[in-house]
Parts: sequence; C-alpha cells; structure tokens
Amino acid sequence: MSLTRTDIENIARLARLELTEAEIPVYVDSLSRIFAFVGELDRAPTEGISPMAHPLPGLAQRLRADEVTETDRRDLYQRNAPAAEAGLYLVPKVIE
Amino acid sequence: MGLNMAGTDMAGTDMAGADMGWETVIGLEIHAQLATRSKIFSGSATAYGALPNTQANLVDLGYPGVLPVLNGEAVRMAVCFGLAIGARISPRSVFARKNYFYPDLPKGYQISQYELPIVAEGALEVVLDDGERKRIGITRAHLEEDAGKSLHEGLPGLTGIDLNRAGTPLIEIVSEPDMRSAREAIAYMKKVHTLVRYLGICDGNMQEGSFRCDANVSVRRRGAAQFGTRAEIKNLNSFRFVEKAINFEVERQIELLESGGKVVQETRLYDPDKGETRSMRSKEAANDYRYFPDPDLLPVLLEPAFVEAVRATLPELPDAKAARFVRDHGLSDYDAGVLTASREIAAFYEDVLQRVGSDPKLCANWVMGDFSAFLNRDNLEVGAAKVDAAHLAGLVSRIVDATISGKIAKEIFEAMWESGASADAVIEQKGLRQITDTGAIEAAIDEVMAKNPGQLADYRSGKDKLFGFFVGQVMKATGGKANPAQLNELLKAKLAG
Amino acid sequence: MSALPPLPAPTVAGLARGLHRGEYSSVELTRACLERIAAGQPELNAFVTVTAEGALSAAQAADDARAAGRAGPLTGVPIAHKDIFCTEGVRTTCGSKMLAEFVSPYDATVVAGLKAAGTVMLGKLNMDEFAMGSSNETSFFGPVRNPWDPALVPGGSSGGSAAAVAARLVPAATATDTGGSIRQPAALCGVTGIKPTYGRASRYGMIAFASSLDQAGLITVSAEDAALLLGPMSGFDPRDSTSVDSPVPDYMATLGDSLEGLTIGVVREFFDKGLDGGCEQRIREAIAVYERLGAKVREVSCPNLPLSVPTYYVVAPAECSSNLARFDGVRFGHRCDSPRNLTDLYSRSRGEGFGAEVKRRIMTGTYVLSAGYFDAYYLKAQRVRQLISADFARAFADCDLLLGPTSPTTAFAIGAKCDDPITMYLNDIYTIGANLAGLPAMSLPCGFAGGLPVGLQLIGPHFSEGRMLNVAHRYQQETDWHLRAPSAWA
Repeated sequence: MSLTRTDIENIARLARLELTEAEIPVYVDSLSRIFAFVGELDRAPTEGISPMAHPLPGLAQRLRADEVTETDRRDLYQRNAPAAEAGLYLVPKVIE
Repeated sequence: MGLNMAGTDMAGTDMAGADMGWETVIGLEIHAQLATRSKIFSGSATAYGALPNTQANLVDLGYPGVLPVLNGEAVRMAVCFGLAIGARISPRSVFARKNYFYPDLPKGYQISQYELPIVAEGALEVVLDDGERKRIGITRAHLEEDAGKSLHEGLPGLTGIDLNRAGTPLIEIVSEPDMRSAREAIAYMKKVHTLVRYLGICDGNMQEGSFRCDANVSVRRRGAAQFGTRAEIKNLNSFRFVEKAINFEVERQIELLESGGKVVQETRLYDPDKGETRSMRSKEAANDYRYFPDPDLLPVLLEPAFVEAVRATLPELPDAKAARFVRDHGLSDYDAGVLTASREIAAFYEDVLQRVGSDPKLCANWVMGDFSAFLNRDNLEVGAAKVDAAHLAGLVSRIVDATISGKIAKEIFEAMWESGASADAVIEQKGLRQITDTGAIEAAIDEVMAKNPGQLADYRSGKDKLFGFFVGQVMKATGGKANPAQLNELLKAKLAG
Repeated sequence: MSALPPLPAPTVAGLARGLHRGEYSSVELTRACLERIAAGQPELNAFVTVTAEGALSAAQAADDARAAGRAGPLTGVPIAHKDIFCTEGVRTTCGSKMLAEFVSPYDATVVAGLKAAGTVMLGKLNMDEFAMGSSNETSFFGPVRNPWDPALVPGGSSGGSAAAVAARLVPAATATDTGGSIRQPAALCGVTGIKPTYGRASRYGMIAFASSLDQAGLITVSAEDAALLLGPMSGFDPRDSTSVDSPVPDYMATLGDSLEGLTIGVVREFFDKGLDGGCEQRIREAIAVYERLGAKVREVSCPNLPLSVPTYYVVAPAECSSNLARFDGVRFGHRCDSPRNLTDLYSRSRGEGFGAEVKRRIMTGTYVLSAGYFDAYYLKAQRVRQLISADFARAFADCDLLLGPTSPTTAFAIGAKCDDPITMYLNDIYTIGANLAGLPAMSLPCGFAGGLPVGLQLIGPHFSEGRMLNVAHRYQQETDWHLRAPSAWA
C-alpha cells in the first residue's frame, strides 16, 4: 500500500504536526513501507475472533469510592506551564 | 437568512413551517452533570465556582504518566437513570477515547463511551400542551467526562483555560429523532430535567451548566420517508434558548430549502443575544474522532445483583407519583402533573396534606397557587421559604375549620411569607379570626339593613340582584371576617323579613 | 578508563551484603557510582540527568537509618531510573525535546516503591524518545553507546539503563518494555533484563507510550538482583486501573528451587532465517545447560507469532497517537514561539517538540484509527493479537516456560538501520509477542558471538515471575556470562 503526499498532509493535520517540506517525502516513503509491511496481517485468519484490547483477559474495571482526595496545588502544577496568568492557562484566542 | 425573524412570535413560526408542508425532526443530546463529590476519574472536587484551576489535579490536567480510575458513584447514578427510563443496563460497557484537539480538553481526547454504553434503549412519555401523551425514545445514555472552560474576557488576543470542570462526570442522554416541534423538545427536556433531580443524580442547575443540551434539527417535506440533513446546535443551557434556537433553525432551514439551497451538516452555535444560530468555524473542519477502547480502563462489568440493589433504592418516580395523587387524592391529571414536576414540591404537598389530614384539593391549590407563585416571585427553593409545610398546613387547617375565609387566608399567607410567623399567630395579631358567632353577624346585618332602607325596599320588591350588595356591606362592616356561609344563610332569612 | 576504581561488588546482592556488614557506607558507594557515571558520560551518554546532590543526601539518610537499626535489604543501594519515570522535583524528559524542561511534581509509583525500600537514586537514564526505538538513536539527548564497543548501539529503548549497568556505572536500573525495550538492550549489552506480567508493576507515573503494552521492569547484572528489586516496585496500585490486585510473592524464597520436572518449550518460530548463526549457537548451548539441570526440553509452535511485528506496529502507534496528544504546548512541555493561532500553537509545538520517529508513529497511529481504516488495521490487529495470545496459551498447556533468542543479532553499528524503519522494527521480532499477550519475559546473557553479548529469552505464563527468576538464577549459577563486563569498564 502506497500513501501520497496528500495523505501525509492530511494525517499530519489531523495529528497537529507541522512538517517541513523536507520531511514530507520521508514520511510518504516510510509510511508507505510500514503499511505495506502491516498489510501482512491480511493473511491472518481472524473470522470469528474477537479483538483483544487488553492483555489480561476477564478483568473488570475497579470502582473508586466517591471521595475528594485532592487539595489545591495549582501553583506547583503551573510551574511547568509555558504561559499562565491569573491561574489560567493561556492560548491564542479561540474563535468559536 | 431569516434574520428578520428576531422579535416575532416564535410559537407562531413553529406552526408556520407545518402549514407550508414542512415537518420538523428533532433529537436531543442532553448532558447532565452527575452530582458526585469527586470527579469521574480523579479525586478532585466537583464544586462549582472555585478559583480557576484550583480543582484540577494531575489527572484532570492530563499530566504525563497519570491514569484514570473510575468513580463508582458515577456508575451507580448512570444505572439509576437507566432503570428510571426502563432501559437496558449493559452488563458490560466500555470506555473509549474520542480524540480531538481543543484547549479545554487537556489530554487531547475525551474519555467517553462509544460502542458499548452503560444504558441503552429506554423511553420517556411526555404530556403535550393539548394533553396528548407522546413516547420519546432514548437511544442510549453513556458516561463521559466534561471538558474545561475557555474564558475570552479580559485577555486581549488570548483565551484563558480553566480546567476545574474537566473530568466532572456527565451522562449524555441521546434521544431518538422523535420530536416534531420545539415544544415537544422542551416537554421532553423538562421531563428529563425533573427525572434527574428526582433521582438525585443531577442538581439540574442550568445556569451553572449542570444540565444542558445539543439539538439535532432537520426539516423534511411532510410525508417524506427520509430525514433531511441535520444541523447540530451546541450547548443550549436554558429551556427558552432551546425553543428559540430550534425555531430559528427550522425557519432558517426551510427558507434555505425553499430558495433552492441545501442544508449543510454542521455544528452551529446559538447566540442568545442575536437570537440566531451560526456556523461554528472552529469545529468546521471535518472531525475524525478516531474512537478506540481506552487501554487505561477495563470494561465495566455490572452484576445483576448490583443493578437490583440500585433498583431497590430508586425513589417513587414522577409518573407513578402523579398517578397516585390522582388515584388517592382525587386530583386532576393536570394538578398531579404540576405537583410532581418537582420532587421537592411533591414532597412538600404530601407533607402539608398529611398535617391537614383532609381536603387534598384545597392543599394542592395552596401549594400550586400562592405558595408556588411566591417561590417564583422571590426566586426561592422550597426549603428556603419562611413558610414551611407545618405553617402552610396550619393556614389550610384554619380554612378547613372555618376560622378564616379563603380570601382572608391570602392576606394571612402574605404576612406569614414575610415574617415566618404561624397562621395562628398572624390571625391573632391582626385580629383576622372569622366571625362565626350568629349574634354578631345578625347585629351587623341589622345595622346594614337599617342604614339602607331604599335598597331593602327594592330587594323586597323583587330586585334579587341586590343580595350581593348586602353581602358586600356586611363583609365591609365586619372587616371581611364574617363566615361567608353563615352570612349567606342569615342574610337571606333577615332580608326575607 | 581502566584507572577507574571498580564498584566493591558487581551485583546488588553483593553491595547490599557489603553495606550490611559495614564494609562501606552508602555515601561511599554512592560517591563511587557518581565517579564512574561522570567518567562514563562522555563516551556512553547513558544519563540525561545526574542527581548527585540528591543521591548523596539520600545515601546519608540511608546510612543514618542503618545506624538507627532501621535498614532493610536494599537500604543504601544506589540505582538509576529510566527517564520515562516521573521523579518529583527532578527533570523528567522521556528522551524528548518536548519535555526537556519538564520537572515532575510527583513520583511514579515504581519510583516511590524503590525509594521506600531505601534505594538511592543516582539520576535519570537516557532512552529512545518516548521509548520509541530499538537502538537509542532517537533520543533528543543524543545516542547512547554500547560499552562493549562505542561504535555500536546499546539497543533500545532502555539503552541508557542497559549501558549503565553493563559498564557497571550503576548496579541496577529501572526500565520499561513495550515491545522489547528491556530485553533487547539487555541482550545487546550483556546484562539481565526482566519485563514482568502486564499489571504486575503500576504504570502510574510512567509516561505512556502504548498503554496496553507498556510495563515497568529492571535491568540488572543478575537474576538474583532482579528478584531483590522486583518486589518493592511491584504490587497493586489503586491509581492504575490496569494494575492487578494480587499479592507479590517472595521472589527470593524460590530463587534456588530445583529445575527437576521443569518443561521448557523451545519456540520453533524463533529460529527463523533472520536469526544470526552465532546467536543461535549460544541459544542451543543454553538449552543444553538446562537439560543438564534436569529440565525437559521440547519444541513448541506458535504459528501466529511471526505476525507479532505487524500487529504491534498497528496497536502501539494507535495508542501512542492518542497518548501523546496531551503534549500540546499548553500546560507543560515545549511551546513554539509566538503562535499565530491555536492550530499554529499545536502544530508547531508538536512539530518542533517531537523527533522524527515519534512523529512517524503518531502519524501511523492516527492513520490506523481514522475513519475508513479502523476496521482494516486497528481491529484486524487486535484480532491477530488474540490469535497470538491463544498460541501462547496453547504452548503453556504443555510447558512451564518458553525459550528462545532475545534478538536476531548482536549489537549493530550506530546509524546502520536508521534509513529503513522496517529493518529497525524487526529487531523486536522475538520480544513483541510477550507484550501483546501481557506475559512476563526475561533476557539473560548466554555468551558471545563475534565478541558481542548474546541474549537468551525466557517467556512465562502470566504472573510466573517467581518461577522465571528461579529458572534464570539456576542458569546463572551454572554459567558466568552475566558477570562478564566489557574490559574498558571492568
């Protein structure tokens, strides 16, 4: 299976990754190879086989008690924020 | 583009579409925040109104390395809702990731349920204005996390992100496209609103966004088999906005179609200031949410015993309660419907009735009438009024035992509302006790007759209509306190001579 | 380098004994490690961050605890953590420019467990960016070099962990394994690596690559050292929904058990045309050692196992594309200069912050989850995953453990496989199966081919770590491959 430049541009847009002009042909080539390789899966007989999303079968989600266990640690957490003001994380104006 | 609709009668336009041979098709996606103490996947508080980002912990912020753990109370509440709408509770439901980038969505995906929701295939019956009952199908209700909030004010060129709301548990209740007018949509939404508050799973506060909806609206030629292309109107947080937005959108779509245009499937935002919907540019790009099962969470497996245990805790639901009010208290369907629209009002009514011990209709009239009117006027919750069930029951009891007349009772009620005093205290203090002493009433009648010889003569010569004049005069003379039934009887006898 | 004084003992067990007997203090031992780390850094580049000050104060605290009679078996033992584990107050980079300045406000559960056991953290180890790689060449902080030959890769993604242990800079290191990231570098560097059962050690605080495959483990000199360290880092964690609520056995108690009656399955599919002849020879020799120890050896087949690489390269990128969406330049991590608008903020921050391989995997994963391709790729791969798991389950009906090579070749030259991702991905052909099925697995040094270490892989049923460590330990009682260190670092 072969991907086109447009495919790569669309995927990159969906994944919010800006690619340089030089990167695009590299990804066209390598993703095409990856999907050709992954195409091997087609020959596996999977009719009637259920998809396996978790490596340990039969386990169920545990339920947590409804308790507030957290206190305000905003100042600590915002030390990693590239742009914050008045307790808010800042982004360029969002137009809805 | 229908901008001329602003200010015209929306209910009227609702019908206009129908008259022109168009049928409206509406489905609602209602988001109800679950009234848990902590978030759906973290131990942060869910309280409304905290300072920005002070209730957002590492999980809510989507920090590297953190993981979600499901709040059991959110599961219990979703099951409650499912049972209340007669739905199927899935023995196995799965959380999935809905992937998209948005600043109020810290992880770049929302944890939701996709293919296997916790609640499937339920229904609610709504009563329309004309009394007709209609069943609205509920496709599914699933658990998911709420997003944060974007704040645009006060930051030139920037948007501020507050993630306190991120991770608040929601159930998204998805209806079938069963509604045919804005009014039906409102009736259904109100019904769901009542139900979630009855169940105690959502505070229903629409101003704070605890209960809000998206409306899928389309129109088609009456009789057409296929649905028209729909538009999704986002984030409607009042019943009035829902009605206005739907009506605007219906009109917009009809005008578009009639002028040869096509409806585009898109997300639109209702602008309450302009009273119109507009296309949301930011969500315009075709979204591909790339749902897949969340590998950080395991399937939720619910044993029948768990579901039955939840069922056993369900309160009496509005429809059952209304039916009981009709059956046991002889109320009309209408009265029973009004009283049961709020669990608190229904409980208040039953409390009053139990204390009075008789006259359910009279009790109902007081609860639905003056009491509710004053609550509305002062924008109070039931429990916040100075008049409690004991006080209102005291007032009604004084009417029942003829201490006061119904008319005087209204005056007393107003005084009680302001002061918080009991009915008896107000009656004593203002001397409003009804006069039931025959002698005192007769004396007043005699005085009125003596003062009005002309009218008396006319009456006796056949002018029956003057009876009312005499009633009024005697009431005036007694300060309105004469027992009306006694007064009628005594006056009739006296006038007859 | 030969002027560098060696550590007083090569293993955690030996060092713990020395500390216990008072032959040296934790501060002295920590200083010795820090010296070796400093000396090794220019050539090996195994560390991203060295926390000398914190290490010395932790060592002092350990010595104080010992003096007060409060020492446990691991008190004062210095170790280092792969830089994928969040460490409170310490930079945690995940090998990425994206997190080059990120200081974690919390400890991963694994880190907290080892800290509580008294270990001393020396620093954070280099790795492939976001654990995506098999050669440690994708790190933003530069490649790690193999102590056996600095022109060669150490393997990846836990290349820093493997190189640091192989060069005896640290006696042990944490690591993670999503498709072979513990076992393959352990094999290429001649050290012992263990990936426990999925769910055995908490994933909380371990920066996610592929959530259904990631598992924390160890790189050590010996299986005995792995047994000593695995307990404190394992166990149920209420903060990880996928962590398993079952008690952690005493791995030391069963370490010396006899192998009489043990059945080892040799997986036919592991001996394919891609396997280097010299490596195969060493594996055959290891099988003979086990036969001498009383184990029964039989051949088993896992027919779907050859599909594990393509399966993995759908599942892992799918999960990674979603897991890495949180790196958007808003709350933490790299943010581009002067974003023009929201989309620009996202695209440029991510485009600049992620390296080439990470971007390749994000795009691969985005594609396999997108409308129209989900069934053909993602669901198909999850079905094949089921088949592969069933193959293993069938094999374990007839044998206690499976055996094979860890990697098809010994260490290769830096730059040799960078041009073709498929060639690089095939390094993990023997290791990925255990991740897909959630099985515990180990790599043990079993000799040399062309002067370079060869790794022997053991794979066990779920939660068989105790038996697997026992089987590994008995082998290491019979052989001394695990004690061989590169002469420059001995």
